[in-house]
Amino acid sequence: MSKPYNHTKATLALAKASFRSIMRSPSAVVFTLAFPLIFILVFGFLGGGGIKVKLAVDPQSDVQNPIIAALSHNPVVNLVKDKDQGEIKTGLEKGNIDALINIKKNEAGKPAYIANVQYTSASIDKGSILKSVLNNLMYTLNTRDIVPTVAEIKESTVEGRTYRTIDFILPGQLGFSLLSTGVFGTAFVFFSLRQTLVIKRFFATPVRRSSIVFGEGIARIGFALLGAIFIILIGHFFFHFTLINGVVTILNMLVLAIIGLIVFMGFGFVVSGIAKSESTIPPISNIITLPQFLLSGTFFSIDAFPTWLQPISRALPLTYLNDAMRKVAFEGAGLWDVKHQILIMIIWGIGIYAVAVKVFKWE
Amino acid sequence: MDRNNAIISVKNLVKKYDDFTAVHGISFDVYENEIFGLLGPNGAGKTTTLEIIETLREKTSGEILVNGYSVDKDSNKIKGIIGVQLQTAGYYPNLNLVELMELFSGLYGSDVKPMEMLEKVNLQDKAKAKYKALSGGQKQRFSIATTLINSPKIIFLDEPTTGLDPQARRNLWDLITEIRNNGTTVVITTHYMDEAEQLCDRVAFVEHGRIIALDTPDNLIDKLISSGFERTKEVKKANLEDVFINLTGKEWREG
Repeated sequence: MSKPYNHTKATLALAKASFRSIMRSPSAVVFTLAFPLIFILVFGFLGGGGIKVKLAVDPQSDVQNPIIAALSHNPVVNLVKDKDQGEIKTGLEKGNIDALINIKKNEAGKPAYIANVQYTSASIDKGSILKSVLNNLMYTLNTRDIVPTVAEIKESTVEGRTYRTIDFILPGQLGFSLLSTGVFGTAFVFFSLRQTLVIKRFFATPVRRSSIVFGEGIARIGFALLGAIFIILIGHFFFHFTLINGVVTILNMLVLAIIGLIVFMGFGFVVSGIAKSESTIPPISNIITLPQFLLSGTFFSIDAFPTWLQPISRALPLTYLNDAMRKVAFEGAGLWDVKHQILIMIIWGIGIYAVAVKVFKWE
Repeated sequence: MDRNNAIISVKNLVKKYDDFTAVHGISFDVYENEIFGLLGPNGAGKTTTLEIIETLREKTSGEILVNGYSVDKDSNKIKGIIGVQLQTAGYYPNLNLVELMELFSGLYGSDVKPMEMLEKVNLQDKAKAKYKALSGGQKQRFSIATTLINSPKIIFLDEPTTGLDPQARRNLWDLITEIRNNGTTVVITTHYMDEAEQLCDRVAFVEHGRIIALDTPDNLIDKLISSGFERTKEVKKANLEDVFINLTGKEWREG
C-alpha cells in the first residue's frame, strides 16, 4: 500500500454501485415512482373540474331561445342534448342525469317561454344546485330591462389561489413514496446483502462499516430525490400542482424529503435487523408503512378523522412530513416556518436510530 | 524445501463458540510465495482458521502475524495486503462484472482497470454479464479476480474448485499457479487430494481443530509408504479422470 486508504472513495464506489443496482431493481422503481404516479394521475384527473350538473334537454324542447343559450354558457351546467326520451328516463332514475328541461314557446304570449324542469330524487344535491342556477338565470333574464325597485346585488369574487386536489394529494404521495422506499428498500438491501454474504466479502476489504451505511444511504437518497423531482414536475406541468416560489419551493421540498427519508431509513435498518427471513420483511414493513399510509393524511386531511383517532395520526412521522410539504408547496412557507414539523421528525429519527443501533445485524 | 520467510505465522490459535471448540490451539507457518494447502474433512476448522487469519472472525486466543502485522492491532493493514475468496460469497445484485470490479477497486482504494483484471482471469468476454449468469468455473475465476485488485501479497482461496468439472478445475489450477509465479503467496483449502498433490508446496491436515500432519505432499506420501501402507488395488498409469480429459479434450468450455 503506497498511498493511504481513501474512505471517501470507498463510500462513493459503494454509493455508485448501490445506485446502479436500485435503478435496475423493478420493485424500487415501482414503489418510488409508479405507485405515487398512478395515484397522482387518478386524483389529478378526478379532481379537475369541480361540480358539474348534467341537465338533459328534452328532444321535443325548443332550443332556439335565450334560456338554452344562457345555460350553455353556464360553467356549472353540462347540457346533454343527444339522448332520446328512454335514455333520459333511465338516466334520471340512476342519477346519471341530474335533471330534465323542456322549453316551449308560450302560445298565450306572455311570458314568451315556459320551462318545465324535472328533477330526480336520485340526485337531490345537484338538483338543488340547478334550482338556484335556474332561479338566478330566470331572474336575470326577466329583469333585463327593469330597474330594481328595492335593491340590486353586486357580486364579486376575490382572486385567490385555487387549492386543487393535486395540492393535497401530491405531497401525501411524495411522503408515502419516501416512506416505502426508505423502509422497504433499506430493509431488503441490508437483509439480502447480509444473507448473500456480500457484506462479508466487503469486510474482507479495508472498507469501514460506516462507509457501507453511508454509501447505501447516499444512493437511496439520490434515487428518492430523483423520484421526488420527477413526481413534483409531473404534478406541476400536467396537473398544475402549486409551487409558490418555483425552484426555491422545490429545493425546500427536497430538503424535507431528505430529512423524511433518513428517518424512514432508520425504520428500514430496524426491520432488516429483526427480520428472520426474507419473507418476514414485507409484513413487518407493512406494519410500519400501512398505518402511516392511511392515518398520516396521505389521502384525507386528518381533521376528517374521528377525534379518538387524531392523536394517533399526530404521533406519526409521516403526518409531519406531509404537513410540512403542503405548507411549503402551497403556502410558500420556508423551512424555518415548518421547524415544528422538522423537530418532530428529528425526534423520531433519534428514537428510531437508537433502536436501529441495538437491533441491526452485520452478519 | 529451503526455509523461506514465514509470511503468515499462527501460534496456538484457539476458537471457541459457546459450548463448542472449533480450533484447538493450532500452530503453523506459511512461507512467502508458496502454495499452502489446508486439508481435512468438513467441520474440521479449516474455514474458521482461514477467516480468523483474514480478520473476518475474532479468535478466542493465540497469536497471528500476517506479513508482520498482528490480527489484533492491524487488521486494516492486513486487509490491505490480502485477497480473500470466500467459500460462498455473493456479489452486489444487478451489477455486471465491470461494475463489480469498479466497486471492489473503490473498496480496496486502488485504480485498476476493470477490463485488465477480467483479462487476467480470461473473463473479458463476460464483461457485461451479471455474476449470477456465470458458470461455476467463471464465478470462481471472477471471485479470484476480485482478490487480485489490490495486488495482494497473499490470497486465500476457500474450496475454489468445489463443484467444477475436470476441465474447469485444471483451468483454475493453471490460474492459481500463474498467480503464485507472479509472486503471490496462496493459501488454499480443498477436498481434492489430487489437486493438493498437484498444486500445493506444503499441506497441513486439520482434524477436529488440530493439525495432525504438515509437510510437502511428497514427504507425506513417502512417510505413509515407508510405514508399510499399500493400496489394495494396483495403480495403473492413468486414472478415470485422465480418461475423461482425454475423451472430452483439455479445452475449457464456457457454460
